[in-house]
Amino acid sequence: MEPASGFSLEYAPAPESVAPVRLASQYGLFIGGEMVEPAAGRLASTVNPATGEALAEVGVADAADVDRAVVAARAAWEGGWRDLPGAERAKYLYRVARLLQERAREFAVLETMDGGKPIRESRDLDIPLAAAHFFHYAGWADKLDYAFSGRRAKPLGVAAQVIPWNFPLLMAAWKLAPALACGNTAVLKPAPTTPLTALLLAEVLRDAGLPAGVVNIVTGDDATGAALVSHPGVDKVAFTGSTDVGRGIAAEVAGTGKRLTLELGGKAANIVFDDAALDQVTEGIVNGIYFNGGQVCCAGSRLLVQETVAETVVGKLQRRMDTLRVGDPLDKNTDIGAINSQAQLDRIIELVDSGVAEGAELYTPKCALPERGFFHPPALFTNVSTAHRIAQQEIFGPVLSVLTFRTAEEAVAKANNTPYGLSAGIWTEKGSRILWMADRMQAGVVWANTFNRFDPASPFGGYRESGYGREGGRAGLLPYVELVV
Amino acid sequence: MSDLLAAEAPTGIADAVAGVRITPVDAVGLEQRAAGLCTRSIKTSSKSAALELAIQVMDLTTLEGADTPERVQALCARARRPDAFDWSVPPVAAVCVYPELVPVAVEALADSPVAVASVAGGFPAGLAPLEARLAEITWAVAAGADEVDIVLNRSAFLSGKYQKAYDEIVAAKKACGSAHLKVILETGELGSYDQIRRASMLAMVAGADFIKTSTGKIGTSATPPTALCMAEAIRDMAEQTGRAVGLKLAGGIRTAKQAWHYLVIVGETLGPGWLTPDRFRLGASSLLNDVLMQRSKLGDGRYQRREDFSVD
Repeated sequence: MEPASGFSLEYAPAPESVAPVRLASQYGLFIGGEMVEPAAGRLASTVNPATGEALAEVGVADAADVDRAVVAARAAWEGGWRDLPGAERAKYLYRVARLLQERAREFAVLETMDGGKPIRESRDLDIPLAAAHFFHYAGWADKLDYAFSGRRAKPLGVAAQVIPWNFPLLMAAWKLAPALACGNTAVLKPAPTTPLTALLLAEVLRDAGLPAGVVNIVTGDDATGAALVSHPGVDKVAFTGSTDVGRGIAAEVAGTGKRLTLELGGKAANIVFDDAALDQVTEGIVNGIYFNGGQVCCAGSRLLVQETVAETVVGKLQRRMDTLRVGDPLDKNTDIGAINSQAQLDRIIELVDSGVAEGAELYTPKCALPERGFFHPPALFTNVSTAHRIAQQEIFGPVLSVLTFRTAEEAVAKANNTPYGLSAGIWTEKGSRILWMADRMQAGVVWANTFNRFDPASPFGGYRESGYGREGGRAGLLPYVELVV
Repeated sequence: MSDLLAAEAPTGIADAVAGVRITPVDAVGLEQRAAGLCTRSIKTSSKSAALELAIQVMDLTTLEGADTPERVQALCARARRPDAFDWSVPPVAAVCVYPELVPVAVEALADSPVAVASVAGGFPAGLAPLEARLAEITWAVAAGADEVDIVLNRSAFLSGKYQKAYDEIVAAKKACGSAHLKVILETGELGSYDQIRRASMLAMVAGADFIKTSTGKIGTSATPPTALCMAEAIRDMAEQTGRAVGLKLAGGIRTAKQAWHYLVIVGETLGPGWLTPDRFRLGASSLLNDVLMQRSKLGDGRYQRREDFSVD
């Protein structure tokens, strides 16, 4: 192709307005329906990862605060929530869902400011999906008696829920909606770097008239989370986050009689056969690994491509990567925003350096990164062997490793060659091959000819070191109920 | 990887398409990507550049049975100077008319950068005898048409007679001589994106200088996923053979916003090298006024009345 000198369609800055967001300088804890000061008065600041500047000071809950929250949740449960008819609980959940929709823009902008993800994603995915989860589980609340054939579903009590920073509001919705629908009360602990949308959710819960103490939100650090999961007044622990922390929680909870579900890390294989629709495959790979800057537990971080089309696919991918727009997350044309924190950025850089040191070949497009804030360009490694750290460890960043295969059996073996088992993608035009492959994938979610698609009706969860328990759909009720005859 | 043309039409085309891959198209993924591109936010300086470009790549079109020489003359005047009150507006790329009116357009556009395009080859159905279709092309070119827009023989293509469809385009290209050949696929009649991709490859391999979506004579014309599908075919052609083929989108493009969505689709899929009148056209009759309105709104912040622009 001869180089043509055409017109260049540069996109002028198109920043989303931050006007809908009214930030307070300080936030307390949401306990018993009130915003209260942390007992010890400790505060920590939450920063905007796109600028590195502090947005607000947020309370750090200690063991005493956690105890207050669990006591409030227990009181709310025994004081009426557990006995409320499902249809009545549903009314609150529907109200929350509608309020989220009404304030969607405000939530989206705040999510992007606090977490660094592109406004395009928070606006089009995170917030609408969060509302959809509340709608979905509102629908289940009065149907629990029919959800499990021949058995009745009883609530467990107080749920301790610890959520990560990559989808702050969405994970809060994934946790709270089924818990409340099933008649439990909850203490939610948001991630230290992204507490603000959870605190805004507290406002929504109050506006929805949710009885005091049904949901309590304790912000804080790792010690806060540890205090919460080990609290004796908790009946159920739900955690989404890293495998290391999840392992610790499993050990802590063992023998206490608490129910536990874990949604942990992943190292998903995105498997491309040579008969696939290669241009849509390219989009699917990009969406699989560069969506939310790859800070997604189910990210398609290992591309397994059939050798016959490997060169073509990598060529298409590199070309597509050149058009990805990295920068201000609030700009409506930004494809890849900021990495959530300096610590996460350091970890990504360390693993990318290890990939280069171990002999893999790195490709990154020439794109100017903003001067401040935490940014990493999209990265692609070829000549990767399954023994490399980048092919084994979860990077949680915009870094893709490309491996090749020749036969479907080899693809299965390579795809399953990881301690994780959260998700997988299969790309082929042949239906029978999709089914054959899906049967053999050791992964909780298998996408066919798409990737990173979420729906409240579809169960999500892992195998092996990716955890256990399902969220979403009817299966997502199980972690929050006891089935009795 | 499937070489569909070669597999189903082993003679003739097989040589021409040897090594040209036709990949399948996943409809869900294609439509998702197209919808994503249409959410690009085009503001301020980008909007102004996009509007300018939309005018420069426009094929101002009139293809009505009731067309008159006067109407074509008026169209040509607008093509040269789209806004009578603002001479900074650039001329459009071409005026597109029926063959009968080519001489009128040629005269009206003499000494101007605006090209004359003629539909020919039994437009819009393409079901006239081949000799008659070729004769019409030859006539239009002799009358001074710089560009010829023909239709793909959908009857042949949809019944699997790829060789026949291919041979006819080869013959049309020959009849065009030095004039540029645009092949209209009439995507609204092809039934699937896979078929659109296959027809795109067939037309390009047969020698089309441009592939074009629609005649504008049926209900379904250019859509964002169709445009993306054809742009991806063009990209594959360029990658595999080094030949750069142009893309013309036509039918139902009436608003400036639609126009910049298409500019985004083409720009992000094929690169800035395709954002030039040599490789990209928007065929439209009523788009120009909306573009001019948006342009003038950008200038002074006020919307003009429709009455402020000429109707033809």
